[in-house]
Amino acid sequence: MTRGSRLRCRRIWGAHYADPVSTTTQSTLADVTASDATLRRFLHGLPGVDQVGADQRAAGLGSRSIKTSSKKWALDLAISMVDLTTLEGMDTPGKVRALCSKAMRPDPADPSCPHTAAVCVYGDMVGIAKQALQGSPVHVASVATAFPSGRASRTVRLEDTAEAASAGADEIDMVIDRGAFLAGRYLQVFDDIVAVKQACGAVHLKVIFETGELQTYDNVRRASWLAMLAGAHFIKTSTGKIQPAATLPVTMVMVEAVRDFRAATGRQVGVKPAGGIRSSKDAITYLVMVNETAGPDWLTPDWFRFGASSLLNDLLMQRTKMATGRYSGADYFTLD
Amino acid sequence: MTTFEYAPAPESRAIVNILPSYGLFVDGEFVDGHGEGFKTINPATEEVLAEISEATEADVDLAVHAARKAFRSWSRISGAERGKFLFRIARIIAERSRELAVLESIDNGKPIRESRDVDVPTVAAHFFYYAGWADKLDHAGFGPNPKPLGVAGQVIPWNFPLLMLAWKIAPALACGNTVVLKPAETTPLTALLFAEICQQADLPPGVVNIVTGAGATGRALVAHEGVDKVAFTGSTEVGKAIAREVAGSAKKVTLELGGKAANIVFDDAPLDQAVEGVVNGIFFNQGHVCCAGSRLLVQESVADEVLAKLKARMSTLRVGDPLDKNTDIGAINSAEQLAKIRALSDIGEAEGAGRWSPACELPERGFWFAPTIFTGVSQAHRIAREEIFGPVLSVLTFRTPKEAVEKANNTPFGLSAGVWTEKGSRILWMASQLRAGVVWSNTFNRFDPASPFGGYKESGYGREGGRHGLEGYLQ
Repeated sequence: MTRGSRLRCRRIWGAHYADPVSTTTQSTLADVTASDATLRRFLHGLPGVDQVGADQRAAGLGSRSIKTSSKKWALDLAISMVDLTTLEGMDTPGKVRALCSKAMRPDPADPSCPHTAAVCVYGDMVGIAKQALQGSPVHVASVATAFPSGRASRTVRLEDTAEAASAGADEIDMVIDRGAFLAGRYLQVFDDIVAVKQACGAVHLKVIFETGELQTYDNVRRASWLAMLAGAHFIKTSTGKIQPAATLPVTMVMVEAVRDFRAATGRQVGVKPAGGIRSSKDAITYLVMVNETAGPDWLTPDWFRFGASSLLNDLLMQRTKMATGRYSGADYFTLD
Repeated sequence: MTTFEYAPAPESRAIVNILPSYGLFVDGEFVDGHGEGFKTINPATEEVLAEISEATEADVDLAVHAARKAFRSWSRISGAERGKFLFRIARIIAERSRELAVLESIDNGKPIRESRDVDVPTVAAHFFYYAGWADKLDHAGFGPNPKPLGVAGQVIPWNFPLLMLAWKIAPALACGNTVVLKPAETTPLTALLFAEICQQADLPPGVVNIVTGAGATGRALVAHEGVDKVAFTGSTEVGKAIAREVAGSAKKVTLELGGKAANIVFDDAPLDQAVEGVVNGIFFNQGHVCCAGSRLLVQESVADEVLAKLKARMSTLRVGDPLDKNTDIGAINSAEQLAKIRALSDIGEAEGAGRWSPACELPERGFWFAPTIFTGVSQAHRIAREEIFGPVLSVLTFRTPKEAVEKANNTPFGLSAGVWTEKGSRILWMASQLRAGVVWSNTFNRFDPASPFGGYKESGYGREGGRHGLEGYLQ
């Protein structure tokens, strides 16, 4: 068999989902959030996730071998999906400006290199970032709601959100109250998200679960549906402050959820794994997973993002290697 | 590129050195057979790989005599010494794993991902496992100082050529028997490479003998008077013939035959993983698996949802070059098997079942069959009763657990079953009700050398693997 004869079954996305995937319809979804009890019944009625099976499937997807032209395409796509992030107590305007120029021109030596999707900063840095990115298509994402723990009153969290939004953030990354979620107070978490979304106005809302604290895949699936019902534009794994941060199976469970949610409601929601994705190989594995789980509709920066800082340089290094055939040292890539 | 097309990622076949012709492996040497000889081909391309010697009755006789002679010393050396040889073989298999995997994929048509990640590692694990038993037989529960049987005549199928060889040879040798093994006609190459590994491991001549050939060679081996034990894996039809052949003789027999396993999905199952398990159950190894989950029994309340998910998942399966690392489904092993799969599928259609395959381009040369499901199948359909041994799934529904059990058991076979539910008590109840040698819960097609494997009813008798696997090779 020749190399060119690689064949595959063509995907027929959408066709199979013409019927709602579950009996859930939009009208019943409205009733779901009527009370804590109905919401709990709904979330606990979702099909369970078998951990061993999910891990096995994720590992299987991780063994895909992405080479040559498809690798090149995937590297550029991954760069364009990066939310370049700095979330440190020691962040300064200078650090944020440097990050912004890196986001706009990740590889100064190569103008064909795509820009990242966004920079992700704390709320007080939104104005600085906005100014630095003026005129560029790179978004400013701001964490809010007493990130990363979320342990503040709702008033404070909403104020935090409103401030970031009015400072010009294009996207808000909020955290859910994991304590309330784990205590089973789902309606409280739901109301929080609805309130934050209101405070966001037209700004896109990403909802962070901190899956490392939710721990079980069942919880991850329930949190995903909860956030989507509350109107999240994106669901996001982690703050990056808790280990483990994003993992492939956790992200896969979330991608399954957005796939099923669109089938049930017609509304598409994005996914953002954050933290722990450091190598190009990891990033490409995530893209393969998205491709084979939800389909190519999610393979754009509008619907899939990587929350990362060190990942970008590895993507750039691999990209340069693809172009030149040689690895260059870390010193050839900027540290911002 | 607007969609994520995976560029070809072929595994290099440079690592294997296929000779133009192969002899038989008798008494530690490669010798010519006296039959007509036959060719083994690559089922993905129909390219002729090598000329293979065919063992006649006289050749089989030589091999059995060599095994008999070797038995005298092999059965007397200490278990620890035998264990050393088996450990050595296991290590060499692990060291030469890539070579074995590539060769297996070329000769059999299975995707390199499977031969690399499942077959060959399990082969090495099997030898490691039984190497550990060799000096502990006194404590295996078969009485003090159990004795080997003598010469084992072993006949194995083409679906897992090297793995079935390991399942046969490792326990036989550990117990102190010597063997004459006949690999399948269409997949002899890894067994012959294994013969070379036996030489490399300095295994005493005659302990392992490999005779290649077709049905006649197998019959000669099974019928040979010098054989003390017959072990066969393959079709129920041939298994029955073997049982008739050895009836009334002193030969001990184990048979691992066909199956028509039910993969039972309850409405409280983890559905995404269940769909994975269904796919793995029937499309793993092109469905050339005796324990394949070839009947999906899905509870009516979730049938539509499961089918929608299953079809979407099947659309991502990649069919093609077995040596491409991204291939999920490789080639059907032979023209003969392909014809059988086609015939049974056509019967399914004619009997009124709904046939569905994802849009799928198949290569022009070689033997290919697109992954296929049949919906609206009832117990009365032939595709629900007969073993197809290909990537063809029959979908049936049920309403209550009792009905699931009845339908699952309503087959002459009884090799395996799968149960998908999040309810632990139901798993245990189902496992006690299902007449099948292996019941997987919330998984499918998982193998471990420590776990016994074997059938109920017409799926055969005797167990392979685990402590139970020793019993068939001890007095």
